[in-house]
Amino acid sequence: MKVGYYPGCSLEASSKEYSDSLFAVAEKCGISLEIINDWNCCGASTAHNLNHELAVALPARSLALAEKQGLTEIVIPCAACYSRLSQSQYELNQDSIIKTKVENYLNMSISGSIKLLTVLDFLHKYIFPVVDQHIVNKLNQKTACYYGCLLARPKETSTIKRTEDPMEMEEVMQKAGATPIKWAFKTECCGAGFSVSKTDIVAKLSGKIIEDAADRGAESIIVACPMCHMNLDMRRPNIKKQIKRDINIPVLFITQALGLSMGISADRLGLNKHYVPTDKTEKCIIKKEA
Amino acid sequence: MARIGVFICHCGENISATVDVEKVAEVASKLQGVAFSTHYKYMCSSPGQDKIIQAIKEYKLTGIVVAACSPRMHETTFRKATAEGGINPYLCEMANIREHCSWVHEKSEETTQKAIDIVRTLVAKVRRNAPLFPIKVPVTKTALVIGGGIAGIQAALDIANAGHKVIIVEKQPSIGGHMSQLSETFPTLDCSQCILTPRMVEVSQHPNITLHTYAEVESVSGFIGNFDVKIKMKAKSVDHSKCTGCGECWQKCPNKKIPDEFNAGLSNRTAIYTPFPQAVPNKPVIDRANCTWFTKGGKCGLCKKTCKAEAIDYETTDEYLDIKVGAIVTATGFDLKHSDFFPEYGYGEYKDVIDGMQFERLASASGPTAGVIRRPSDGKIPEKIVFVACAGSRDKAKGIEYCSKICCMYTAKHAMLYKHKNHEGKAYVFYMDIRAAGKGYDEFVRRAIEEDDVQYIRGRVSKIYEKDGKLIVKGVDTLLNAQPVDIEADMVVLATAVIANKESESLAQKLHISYDKHHFFAEAHPKLKPVETNTAGIMLAGACQSARDIPETVAQASASASKTIALFSNNEMSREPAVALVNNVNCTGCLLCQEVCPYLAIEKEEIKDRNGNILRYAAKINSGLCQGCGTCVAMCRNKSIDLQGFSNEQMLGEVMSLLNKPF
Repeated sequence: MKVGYYPGCSLEASSKEYSDSLFAVAEKCGISLEIINDWNCCGASTAHNLNHELAVALPARSLALAEKQGLTEIVIPCAACYSRLSQSQYELNQDSIIKTKVENYLNMSISGSIKLLTVLDFLHKYIFPVVDQHIVNKLNQKTACYYGCLLARPKETSTIKRTEDPMEMEEVMQKAGATPIKWAFKTECCGAGFSVSKTDIVAKLSGKIIEDAADRGAESIIVACPMCHMNLDMRRPNIKKQIKRDINIPVLFITQALGLSMGISADRLGLNKHYVPTDKTEKCIIKKEA
Repeated sequence: MARIGVFICHCGENISATVDVEKVAEVASKLQGVAFSTHYKYMCSSPGQDKIIQAIKEYKLTGIVVAACSPRMHETTFRKATAEGGINPYLCEMANIREHCSWVHEKSEETTQKAIDIVRTLVAKVRRNAPLFPIKVPVTKTALVIGGGIAGIQAALDIANAGHKVIIVEKQPSIGGHMSQLSETFPTLDCSQCILTPRMVEVSQHPNITLHTYAEVESVSGFIGNFDVKIKMKAKSVDHSKCTGCGECWQKCPNKKIPDEFNAGLSNRTAIYTPFPQAVPNKPVIDRANCTWFTKGGKCGLCKKTCKAEAIDYETTDEYLDIKVGAIVTATGFDLKHSDFFPEYGYGEYKDVIDGMQFERLASASGPTAGVIRRPSDGKIPEKIVFVACAGSRDKAKGIEYCSKICCMYTAKHAMLYKHKNHEGKAYVFYMDIRAAGKGYDEFVRRAIEEDDVQYIRGRVSKIYEKDGKLIVKGVDTLLNAQPVDIEADMVVLATAVIANKESESLAQKLHISYDKHHFFAEAHPKLKPVETNTAGIMLAGACQSARDIPETVAQASASASKTIALFSNNEMSREPAVALVNNVNCTGCLLCQEVCPYLAIEKEEIKDRNGNILRYAAKINSGLCQGCGTCVAMCRNKSIDLQGFSNEQMLGEVMSLLNKPF
């Protein structure tokens, strides 16, 4: 089976392990991911702050290319990229004026019919039906599933059922044998792109998330967004200074956690690329009872 | 030979700005049967009506067409003028060239042509109009009041005091409604029970009022002045004629863990119970769903053994009572969204996040804490309470766009009551706007802020979560440069949205009244008929129509009562004669019409010879029941039924004239 794939910039660089683990899990389940040829930047947080048409046109180009390539479904692992691509497609379908404009800029036509999948949609649709036969380990841990701001919002384009209290990640982690905890910060903002310009704010916001997870007994935090991962993982020294507590629970991409339960090696899943060591999570893996 | 007068109204500029009224009048004057035509700025005004009256006399008119607004607006006005002119009022019809033409089109020749077409069809109809006479029906001078809250109580007392019989049907074991649950009432802080219970007693003792508690409306048929209502009297399992209300039974009842509805779930009650000590009637019923005798097949029976009056009877069943009433006042009240509606506030997971009604019970002297405000989780007196206004209301994303209206006031009252009882305590209110537009209302809110030191924060709460035994309330202060505000509270009170009673939809269907998309009952006109419904003889009172506070509810209840009393001031009433009529010479008596009639208005008539021998059968319409829907007319195989005022001939005349074909 073949599904289209839009990597976005993070998955090629700072969050390469997200991409690696996604490919590893997909491969294990017999699904191949086909990259959109000549894809371009989604515009990220910059474009839609500067120019509305540009913010629609940038993702539209990748969508048009995907259509040309004959893809009917694409998985977009980065929550921000998903947000931009889905928002662009939504607006093109709603607003014929902007659609005409964008098609003229790009000199390409867009039908707007491609089904866009978040990583959670992808896991639920393609991995869930076959996952049981591939799960060999039990990830014997309490995990805090963290959605961040974009995965569940906005309502118009989100595929999540309960915006304020989503459960889709928890369902995946249960498959992996983990025990998802109830906590209060699963859809709070980590500070996102302010990581660079206002690191103190990010440390404060991310600090609250890490503290709540730790206080409620989480042994790992599971994410599905490169930006969330970066803030919760790489910014740990700033967070430590901010909250005056040294919390060292690791942050894993959901595909990494699922990969571990499938018996894929930590190296292949890129667990060595994290700032906060993940060895505690790796150690708690036990063989699944037959 | 018809002599029809056509009167074109400008409606100020509503019509004349887009339709060339002079041309319409000119063309109309040349139509077949038209003897006179004119136009005027306000046809509905007194000089406008005079034009009609004068023209009838001067030109010996036999029919009138007024081309103006919708007949819903002014048909009665012009029919009255027609009658004053000396001819049967039903010879007057309205051509709607406002809603159907000038309001929905731009100024153009086509618009004028459409107005002419509309006038022409109505002229063709009026040429075939026959004089009709209103139908007289008797009025049953008994009113049914559905719901025994403050709205129902007020309406019932007003009607009863005017000398008419009233029957109250209340679903709960006692009357009193939500008002009996309240602690103090804004803006005067008088005790709710103190002002309500005397009224409740008055209801129970009034010679003109019959009270049915633990009962529901099962079905309603008939029409204004003559409703037939079936009431379901739920089995109380206690014979109230024997019961003395001594209370031994509920003290003995071993099933003590049933969430108490009256205390909004903050305490428990027994299976045999009265809802509260001041209940009317103050006699218990058995909640069979929670009684061991009924759930475990005849075990227990303690209450029966205890009862010295031998009032307890497990064998009683639901009974049905048929009553005849002339008017119905619907006063079924409201419900509140519960605190478990909000995922961002923990989906009801935190015990100390409560709704407004629960706070009322905590603050009430008759409540589970005897008026000491203690938080539900551990019974501690909270040092800090956050009140969240607009919890669900005015929130499109939550599906409730409307303002719940009472929350601004009761939240100020809650904060005030808390501060009066705990001087050192801190009270915060998160709000969007303060809507305090009632007599003494704004002063009340100012008092909470200025004298009782309640901290008002303009902003919404995004999240509530528990941390180290405290509830962290995350919000924003939009007046302080949109600063995020985190408050560590001991208790949070959500002013959750007022919603329609969950049975309101099914009741509306039983009553044949309309309701809005939020299941609140719809009034006949939002401004001019605020207490009537679209079904004549059925009135609305209180929060079943939309969120309202006590003063407004009482005013509306009295308004419904006065409408009812006005209806009862006549021994008989007139109905519009637009009903079906059978030509029993042609009728073959197949009675297909009887099967399709939704109002059960058609019966079988025996046609006899002079010696009393039955020759054949024919259909007969009960004009009291017929609503003029016309279904029977469509069903009749040999056109023996016609709808008066909308006869086949009239309708065909309209259609043919629209097609410019002779008929």
